[in-house]
Amino acid sequence: MSVVKYSKEHEWIRVEGDIAVVGITDHAQEQLGDVVFVDLPAVGTAVDKGGDAAVVESVKAASDVYAPLTGEVVEVNTALEDDPSKVNADAEGDGWFMKIKMADTSELEDLMDADAYKAFAEAES
Amino acid sequence: MNAPSSEDATAERVEHTPLYDLHVELGGKMVPFAGYCMPIQFSGGIIAEHTHTREHASLFDVSHMGQAWLRAPSGVAALMERLVPGELRALKPGRMRYTQLLNDDGGIIDDLMVTKFEGADGTEELFLVVNGACKHGDFAHIEKHLGGEAELEVLPERALIALQGPQAVVVLSSMLPDVADMPFMSTRHLQLEGLDLMASRCGYTGEDGFEVSLPGDAAADFARRLLDLEGVAPAGLGARDSLRLEAGLCLYGNDIDTTTSPIEANLTWSISKRRREEGGFAGAGRVLDELANGPKRRLVGITPQGRAPARQGAVIHARDGGEIGMVTSGSFGPSHGGPVAMGYVRVDHAEVGGEIDLMVRGKALPAEITQLPFVPHRYYRGPKS
Repeated sequence: MSVVKYSKEHEWIRVEGDIAVVGITDHAQEQLGDVVFVDLPAVGTAVDKGGDAAVVESVKAASDVYAPLTGEVVEVNTALEDDPSKVNADAEGDGWFMKIKMADTSELEDLMDADAYKAFAEAES
Repeated sequence: MNAPSSEDATAERVEHTPLYDLHVELGGKMVPFAGYCMPIQFSGGIIAEHTHTREHASLFDVSHMGQAWLRAPSGVAALMERLVPGELRALKPGRMRYTQLLNDDGGIIDDLMVTKFEGADGTEELFLVVNGACKHGDFAHIEKHLGGEAELEVLPERALIALQGPQAVVVLSSMLPDVADMPFMSTRHLQLEGLDLMASRCGYTGEDGFEVSLPGDAAADFARRLLDLEGVAPAGLGARDSLRLEAGLCLYGNDIDTTTSPIEANLTWSISKRRREEGGFAGAGRVLDELANGPKRRLVGITPQGRAPARQGAVIHARDGGEIGMVTSGSFGPSHGGPVAMGYVRVDHAEVGGEIDLMVRGKALPAEITQLPFVPHRYYRGPKS
C-alpha cells in the first residue's frame, strides 16, 4: 500500500519507491474554486523543497504550487493542459500535477499524515 | 500552495448588507469587498453561476453600492453636468445614463448611473448609483462642489438587488407586471404589496436584466421570493466579474481610475454631441483635447492564445519587443471558453487584430487585440414587431 503524505502548503504526496506523485489537496481545490489553467514544469526540471514548482489558476486568481520535496520532475500530468477541471473533480487522483524523483527521502519525515493534515486544514480555515 | 490573499476575510473590518444572513444560509463564500462582507461565490462555483446567468437568471446582491438623491430648487441636471460629461439635461424623466465623475485633470473619480425623475412639484430630481468602494469619496465630492446649490440625500439603508439574464424579465414580471415593457436604461417607481421600490432595466453582465432598489429591511424577503421562482439562482462577485469582463464593461479600480480619461477608456459613446461642443464639465480640457487630437493610449480587448489567463498588472509588449501597455483586467471567460483580458496599449498599437505579447511569469504569452465585447450584449431593445 502506498503512503500518502501532506504538506502545510496543501499538497499531497504519494510515495512510490523513490518517486513522489504530487498534487494539491481536495481542501485546496475547494478553496481555489474552478481551476481553469495549470502551468506545469518541464520534465527534467530540478526542484527544491519549498521552491516554485507549478502555478494553478482559478477564475479568480493564480496561486503558486511549491515543491514539497527536492528532486527532479520526471513526469507531468499533461491531461491537465486540456482539462484543468480534473483538479476540481479529482484533486487527489486524476488531478495529480507531477512526479518527482526524490533526492533525499528523509524530507518525507517533515510531511504530515492524513489525520495531522486534516486537523491542520481545519485549524487554518 | 499559497491561497489567494482576497480569501482572508478577517483582514479588515467589514459591514454587512441586508442580505448577509441569506448569503451565509445559501452557502456563500464570504470575502471582504468594498468594505462589506460579500459572497464571491456560492456552492456551485463561479463558472456554473456565470453560465446560469447567461442562460437563465441570477440574483446578485449589489447593496454595497451607494445610492442617493440629488435635488435642487431648479435645474439639478445642469448642476450635476458640471461634474460629469454625460448628457443629463436632455434626459427624459424615468431614463438613466451611464457617466463618470471626473476630476479637474479629466481622470475618472468613479463611474455611475444617473436617473432623472420628476418630483411631485414638477422639479427634476436625480437618482445616483455609484460604486461601493468609492461611495464615501463620491458623495463628499458632490457635496463639496454642489452642496451650496443642491441637496444630496444619501440612502445607506437602501438595498440593491440585481436580477440578470435572459429570464430576468419573465421572473420579475411575475411579481411586478409593469417591468415587462420597460425600455433598456429606464427606471420605474413600483409598488409590491405596499412596498415602494424602484426597478431599473440595466446591469453589469451584458444580459437583459434589472436592478431593484428597495428598503434594506424588505430586501431579504424580496430576494427569497425571487430565489423561489423557477430559473433563479444566487450568484456572487466572481461571476459578476467574469460576466462584466466578457461584456467588455469597465471595472472601477481596474480598468478606469483617477489617471484614465473616458476617451482613453473607450467611453466616448457616453458623451453627447452637445456636451462635446459645449464642454463646461470638470476635466473638459483633457477630454476635449483627446477628442480632437486622440489619446496617447486606449483600452482594448485582448485575447490571449492558449489557456493561460493574463492577470491585472501583466505588462504588454509589442511583438517586436518594446513595452506598450498593461493588462487592467484578466481572467477566464466561461462563455468565451478561454482567457479574456482588457488593458491599455499605446494608441499606435491599439488596432483590432494586432499581435502582442503579455508578460506572464517571465514568459511572453502571445495574444491578439480583439474587438469588445467578447460575448455580444443582449440588452432589451424594445418589443419585437
